[in-house]
Amino acid sequence: MKRTLISLFALAAMASTAMAQDADFTPAIIYDLGGKFDKSFNEAAYTGAEQFKTETGVEYREFEIQNDAQREQALRRFIRDGNNPIVMAGFNWAAVLESVAAENPDTDFAIIDAVVDLPNVRSVVFKEQEGSYLVGVLAALASESDTVGFVGGMDVPLIRRFACGYVGGVKATTEGATVIEAMTGTTPEAWNDPVRGAEITRSQISQGADVVYHAAGGTGVGVLQAAADEGALGIGVDSNQNALHPGSVLTSMVKRVDVAVYDAFTDAMNGSFDYGVTSLGLAEDGVAYALDENNADLITDEMEAAVEEAKAAIIAGDIEVHDYMSDDSCPY
Amino acid sequence: MDIVVLTIESTIRLSVPLLLAALAGLFSERSGIFDIGLEGKMLGAAFAGGAAAAVFSSALMGLLAALVVSVALSLVHGYASITQRGNQIVSGVAINFIAMGTTVILGQAWFAQGGRTPALTGDARFTTIDLPFAEALADVPVLGTIYSDILSGHFWLTYFAFAMVPFAWWVLYRTRFGLRLRAVGENPGAVDTAGISVTWLRYRAVICCGILCGFAGAYLSMALTAGFVKNMTAGKGYIALAALIFAKWRPVPIMYACLLFGFLDAMGIRMQGQPLPIIGPVPVQFIQALPYILTVILLAGFIGKAEPPKAGGVPYVKER
Repeated sequence: MKRTLISLFALAAMASTAMAQDADFTPAIIYDLGGKFDKSFNEAAYTGAEQFKTETGVEYREFEIQNDAQREQALRRFIRDGNNPIVMAGFNWAAVLESVAAENPDTDFAIIDAVVDLPNVRSVVFKEQEGSYLVGVLAALASESDTVGFVGGMDVPLIRRFACGYVGGVKATTEGATVIEAMTGTTPEAWNDPVRGAEITRSQISQGADVVYHAAGGTGVGVLQAAADEGALGIGVDSNQNALHPGSVLTSMVKRVDVAVYDAFTDAMNGSFDYGVTSLGLAEDGVAYALDENNADLITDEMEAAVEEAKAAIIAGDIEVHDYMSDDSCPY
Repeated sequence: MDIVVLTIESTIRLSVPLLLAALAGLFSERSGIFDIGLEGKMLGAAFAGGAAAAVFSSALMGLLAALVVSVALSLVHGYASITQRGNQIVSGVAINFIAMGTTVILGQAWFAQGGRTPALTGDARFTTIDLPFAEALADVPVLGTIYSDILSGHFWLTYFAFAMVPFAWWVLYRTRFGLRLRAVGENPGAVDTAGISVTWLRYRAVICCGILCGFAGAYLSMALTAGFVKNMTAGKGYIALAALIFAKWRPVPIMYACLLFGFLDAMGIRMQGQPLPIIGPVPVQFIQALPYILTVILLAGFIGKAEPPKAGGVPYVKER
């Protein structure tokens, strides 16, 4: 009943904002289950949308789904209300979008983290393996035990891609280093279980890991907390999470989801919305490692030099970071 | 050896909230009030604890708020099922839904972090305590390891939870209050004939339940992690309920059941990606499903018939 009430409120709120806008250009964004304040993936998307709003003054509509069943419903409602373009954050949207986009050829869609091959869809994917490789290099250099950890969220190929790039970076830097990998779960709830994330992290630290990288959305809050509690280093993901525990977060693998959202909105406003697959890697600044005042003391000059070298080599094509999703296996 | 120690530590950490919640359920159900709202009470307490601790920067204030909210929710359940003689299952489910929705809405309204409470630091959090001489005795073989690695270095709530097991046993089996509480769950008519108020006794039982759930919630948001996150109980209340039934509503078996669940969870976390002897590498999915598979097997094959308190779930009507 509470849920119904919440969605009724949400509906009412949306209806009123919709009426306030002029009908010409109303972009919309729908987040994934983590929620727009997950300090990670969804929050990055939210940041991009907010940036667009501040710069152009154009209002956008948004929706946070509470469960999987709401996906299609939310999407269809936005289409019916004439929102265009509609941006979806998260690979879980792919299946719904495939059917809905085909039925609504006049609406433009953008999906982040998945590829939907339809003429009215822009798919933005990131080369997470490249960014993960870089934080892997940093992790290996920062580790004293030559053992590092990885905590994934839901066990899906996309997260395996993070893991694989990370392992590649670690092993290329320290020969024979150990990477302990674990996934939080196999359901979407795994994106929001910080208690379990913390327990996994403690387990990895007790097995010798002193740097733990997470790609687990909201679960990662627990991962970084546990790493900070135990005196180990965490590595953030998607957004710059260095500030969550200054001095205890080695770096963050920043994925410019905000830029993807911002670009989709601005391109549509300027009438230059194009379709097809955009793949953003290091060369396009789509992924990066975060360096700011919160982790300046953790990254020594040698580490920075090494990671910059790896970055240049990847961009130049000298290092080919394996993409897990290309063959569903990790050679490292 | 190391692995054994670490797994036991992990087991203890994971079983504490289950243990507190299951003991909470014990008091309530032994008095004849079924309570599937353990989950909701824990969640409400976790939120109140995280929020109050963040606002007052004090773990004690957080704990206090957790207890108040949890007891308040218990009293709602009590009012619905004791005074109003409503269906106890429905009331329990309602509590779960109320807690799930309200915590997120209030959290968003107060802290604007998507239903999360601000991260707790310093005094706002419970810290682990080292038992006396833990350092000095660490080198003693076996006993030293057990003392300094396994027994020492937990949150005081952990010690509290395990101390509650004998305490609950003593209260239920060795005090007048306990005798009456058990009697009211089996045969409230007899208790009433003896001139004891069934209503007041049951209210006291649900208050005990609320207090213990409050501790469980506070442990989740203020000890195990630093802050509340939406739906952070993640079904622990239901597992506690299963442990309660597993243990046939008796305190000491409850502890063993909770330790078993905690152990399976700890194993699930630790076994990921590690090859088992003889069998070789096992898919992650199987390891994660293992606790549930074992639960079903144990429930179906080994535990035998679980007899709930006879008057459980039945509202007491004095006259017809």
